[in-house]
Amino acid sequence: MDRGRERFVIALTRRYAFPAAHVLSRPDRDEGWNLRVYGKCANPAGHGHDYGLEVSVTGNIQAGSGRIAEPEQIDEIVRERVLERFGFRLLNGDPAFSEVVPTAENIARVIHDELEAPLADVCGARLVRVRLHETRRNSFAYGELR
Amino acid sequence: MPLSCVRLTRVVHFSSSLRYWNPELPEAENRRLFGRRAETHGHNYRLEVTLQGEPDPVTGMVIDLKDLQEILDREIMSRFDHRDLNADTPFFGKEAPTPENLVLVIRRQLASVLPAGLLAAIRLDEDAETFVEWIEDGSAS
Repeated sequence: MDRGRERFVIALTRRYAFPAAHVLSRPDRDEGWNLRVYGKCANPAGHGHDYGLEVSVTGNIQAGSGRIAEPEQIDEIVRERVLERFGFRLLNGDPAFSEVVPTAENIARVIHDELEAPLADVCGARLVRVRLHETRRNSFAYGELR
Repeated sequence: MPLSCVRLTRVVHFSSSLRYWNPELPEAENRRLFGRRAETHGHNYRLEVTLQGEPDPVTGMVIDLKDLQEILDREIMSRFDHRDLNADTPFFGKEAPTPENLVLVIRRQLASVLPAGLLAAIRLDEDAETFVEWIEDGSAS
């Protein structure tokens, strides 16, 4: 954003959570390869996480509302596109993960690509970061914002 | 940012009451525009201030944290903590005290008293679900 000589970014973030299961393995590789690469995450019966999700958008602060976007509109999009689709599910069963392994990196990218267009169309906001917390010790960010 | 620069972050917490309200608009319009946030409510804000600079060759510090805390006490805590953002501060006449606007106010207050070029980023958490970041000089790249 350019305001006179000042250059800065201002971003609004909403946080969510959804519980989901996954299996990290490639069906085109043998069990030995999957165990070597994915370790305990390759357990064919699956395991799960309470994923924490952060959705960050930028845009102009609207004169009337004083907001980049209405949080409730962001919430509605995220609920429809992500929480209801991936929450209480085995991620491997979702078409988005038929070709790619549902690592947290890939989940973050899938969520980003799922949200980008509706956030622009409905909220007039630009998605600049999706951060996915897989456990309290791992998080994964995707997008132009550091 | 030059490799010799260091980023330093300090956190403070303040609790304030507020409502989103433009006194120039009729009550019904305020309620239509702002919904439940038009009612007086409150937040436990968490403010993260990040400075960036070269450590002084003698002291080894970007800034004395004691000085930074004094600035935060004077510019932030005394203005906002256990205050009403609408009634007790001059910043939100027609502007709603959204976290976006509050970050811009905080940024302006801090930039006016900190040594030039030191303020790099601000993050304001309004509650467990919402935060706003202000980042100097563009995004990642």
